Amino acid sequence: MPKLLTTEQMAEFASSGCLFFEELIDEQTNKEFLDDIGHTSVENVESVQTYFDNIKSTSSIPRIPAGTPLKDSYPKNSPLEKILKNEVVDGAIKSLVGSNPLVDHQALHLTFPTKYFKGANQRQMSQQNHQDSTIDPRSTFDIQVFYFPTEVTKEMGGTRYHPGTHLRVVNEFGIAKYQNIKGQKSIVCKPGTVGIFHNGLWHGAGVNFSEEIRYMFKVRLQPTEKQELLWDPEKKYKPLPNRALYWSDEVKEVTINDILMKSYPWQEADTNRLDKINVVKFWRLLTGHKKMDVDYWLTRIENELY
Amino acid sequence: MAKRQKVLVLYLKFPSLEAEVISWATFDGTGKKLHMTGDSDEPPYPTGLDALLDGWRLFQSSQAIPEYPGQEFRTSYLKHEFFFEKLEEGDF
Ligand SMILES: [Fe+2]
Repeated sequence: MPKLLTTEQMAEFASSGCLFFEELIDEQTNKEFLDDIGHTSVENVESVQTYFDNIKSTSSIPRIPAGTPLKDSYPKNSPLEKILKNEVVDGAIKSLVGSNPLVDHQALHLTFPTKYFKGANQRQMSQQNHQDSTIDPRSTFDIQVFYFPTEVTKEMGGTRYHPGTHLRVVNEFGIAKYQNIKGQKSIVCKPGTVGIFHNGLWHGAGVNFSEEIRYMFKVRLQPTEKQELLWDPEKKYKPLPNRALYWSDEVKEVTINDILMKSYPWQEADTNRLDKINVVKFWRLLTGHKKMDVDYWLTRIENELY
Repeated sequence: MAKRQKVLVLYLKFPSLEAEVISWATFDGTGKKLHMTGDSDEPPYPTGLDALLDGWRLFQSSQAIPEYPGQEFRTSYLKHEFFFEKLEEGDF
């Protein structure tokens, strides 16, 4: 049975644009995945190109035409089918993009250690920040599921990402000049970790200063249905009533609204308010409550009497 | 002796050099240090003014562009961008 996301997890996704499930996939499946791609110790890897060609020719990872339903994409009992059918992954996918998502594309990202760059006389650089694909002003969103079959240490770099950037509409590498952004994070994790990104989340691959190859498998999924209350089929969610602003009493309890209204260290003082407004608009779409608001951000400016 | 340019780009919390740095980039034309994406989690200066006090010369900053009607709530690139330089002399 898929484990659907909780309303708290959905609010976290609406606010930050990402969710993580640490050490979710069991050791046996991680091993099956690595065996399938012909993972070997780094001494046996001659060059980036030969290693990659070898994986492509021997692994069971199928070639999936863009737009193929996910359910028809991976061979039964293959490691990737098991990973995507894991009850938590399956539940998260169903909660975010519904029961019949399509595969946009998949990729196996390999980040090689320093010696391969030295060998090829290339400058070893991290990947610049970007938003995947192209400028995308839709309300519908895709998700990118990331799977890490091995441990990723700090030295290995990890996928760099910027929580809360997913609703900023930019044009792919148009954000490449932001070398460092306050609050930036890297996915440093144990084997079997799965992450899910909103397609708009700003990110880039970190540089690998370890001795080991870093692996990350990604699949981008597109919904075929409206992304409304998919995690809450009984439609139990009700927006919270308005609370007092500024002149208020201290409340200790963290509510869904506090998760939605989280600020991030990279946000400008002025635009931060628009970021909050866009999270409320996103939450209206996700919950189907077209007039709901948090902290009066939209009610105030929708009170147009002329 | 030759001259080389070092460029520092700071993105600030609001459009004044007094404001806190929220994003930064350094490009070193002297070749002494290779900066790259994700190489530091703490900004080189707390504010734009602190960069001036350390000898960086401002040569460009972003303009205030009114939001397009109907697009007022569209968020996009970081807004408050300031380019600084330092010229360094040496045998390069
Ligand atoms: Fe990417």
